[in-house]
Amino acid sequence: MIEVSGVTKRYGDATVLDNVSLTLHRGGVTALVGANGAGKSTLLSIIGRLLTPEAGRVSVDGLDVATTPSTELARRLSILRQENTVAVRLTVRELVEFGRFPHSGGRLTANDRDHVERAIDYLQLRPFEHRPVDQLSGGQRQRVFIAMVLCQDTDYVLLDEPLNNLDMRHAVQTMHLVRRLATDLGKTLVVVLHDINFAAHHADRIVAMKDGRILADGTPSEIVTPAQIQAIFDLEVDVHHLDAGPFAAYFARRD
Amino acid sequence: MTSGATTPRTTSGSGLPAEAGFVVAALAVLVVAAAASLFVGVSAVSPRGLIEGDDHQWRVFWESRIPRLAAILLAGSAMSVAGLIMQSLVRNRFVAPSTAGTVEAASLGLLIATVWFGSTSVIGKMVIAVAFALLGTAFFLSLVQRLRFADIVLVPLAGIVFGGVIQAATTFFAFQWDLLQSLNAWTQGDFSGTLRGRYELLYVVGALMLVGYLYADRFTLVGMGREFAMNLGVRYERVLYGGLALAATITAVVVVVVGAIPFIGLIVPNLVTMALGDHLRRVLPATAIGGALFVLLCDILSRTIRYPYEVPVGTVVSVLGGVIFVVLILRSRVGAR
Repeated sequence: MIEVSGVTKRYGDATVLDNVSLTLHRGGVTALVGANGAGKSTLLSIIGRLLTPEAGRVSVDGLDVATTPSTELARRLSILRQENTVAVRLTVRELVEFGRFPHSGGRLTANDRDHVERAIDYLQLRPFEHRPVDQLSGGQRQRVFIAMVLCQDTDYVLLDEPLNNLDMRHAVQTMHLVRRLATDLGKTLVVVLHDINFAAHHADRIVAMKDGRILADGTPSEIVTPAQIQAIFDLEVDVHHLDAGPFAAYFARRD
Repeated sequence: MTSGATTPRTTSGSGLPAEAGFVVAALAVLVVAAAASLFVGVSAVSPRGLIEGDDHQWRVFWESRIPRLAAILLAGSAMSVAGLIMQSLVRNRFVAPSTAGTVEAASLGLLIATVWFGSTSVIGKMVIAVAFALLGTAFFLSLVQRLRFADIVLVPLAGIVFGGVIQAATTFFAFQWDLLQSLNAWTQGDFSGTLRGRYELLYVVGALMLVGYLYADRFTLVGMGREFAMNLGVRYERVLYGGLALAATITAVVVVVVGAIPFIGLIVPNLVTMALGDHLRRVLPATAIGGALFVLLCDILSRTIRYPYEVPVGTVVSVLGGVIFVVLILRSRVGAR
């Protein structure tokens, strides 16, 4: 269980997170949605101890992220930020192997190697496992990073806008993968998403943020309604009900 | 940081990794060159003379040739490893002890130590030179972090300017204190004065290289960026500053014992990582051997090119290194566009 209590984060005069509290139980996919600057990525970074809040605390399975040794936390929780530009010349396999670093400190055991092989197969990286990561396409690279996180084998996986810069097909594949990590492997995923429809169709729970606060929190059918979307994004939309779930036609022309 | 030109990696799917082959080949050449270097010099020393038990030849061998070889191997490998660590941590392939003000700061420290302690206390000189190298490197780092250069080539350029300012001050004080000749010896690396009893401090850098090897994975991860490293449990700031301190200390010790060897920390790591990638733990041994080999070959050249006179090895390294450096810059610029 991840518990966020009373977290506040400021940059100078701007309050990015204002006394945010949130409880995330084990299992399932939680989507964090909201307009740009709503505080989603900041909240995710604080949960993943990449940023330190001015007030409040975050605990993961009862461990305070501010005081728990970073390596121990890295065995329970992984966080992947959005800009994964790779300037370092590593092969796909080398990068995936680094996912085991919190467990073995770089000297891979037989068990570590099993994890690496499984992650490479799971993400279908076998054909280019020896290619340098910086020569891959954006979609392939995203899979490599997810394979690394898979190798890290943490109960909690935090992904910050994993669909950024991906085309339709790769975005859908990535979300399928996120879903499978939760359903097949029993992991708990928290994903920052821009597209409310991806959240509506792949998440179990949607947490909507606005101006550094949590505005709404519920199942996709509770959150993806014209009234809620108006409140979250200040945007008037029609919501259609498809068999797969609610669908916000936000890109429709409104003459 | 540019990735240089697109580099085909030679790691094959199975069997030995590419770096193992590289290490074995370089090591073989190194052993041959090292053996040959023991018999190059003004004073005639030959394998035959040693076998026949010639006292004079044995003395030259133990007192001069072996120490010289050891100093070359240690200094060459350590400076290359220091460069490798720096370029990874600062995430810029052109950052090295000689392009970050580290070498110049160490020389300034050495000058001040000489004025304070005279020329006797080697340990005192080393401690002060290390302190100055640490300060200089820290200043360079804060400069880079504050200015956030748009073009990566500006980073080493700023470092070179910073080093130039320190060097100007050093020259001024050396002139005032009538130490210009000593200064010249520190800034031009030279192994001709390496004798038994005067180089052993260099074993410190051998130990520091081992420390670097133990932390190599953490350095690689820090080179991937703060958030990436922290996700994997690496204490980013601690490793960043610790690694730079390690590189600065290596540099200062080498400057104190044999003088600055220019370019070596820049060129060798670049050539090695271009061929073998940036996984530090895998390329660090190859970098160490490559650096030792490069300096050894330059030193043999410096001993033979004007035989029986010696050209300072720093001069030979500069000429060869300068050319390679320009080629590297041009390649990276082409690759980045």
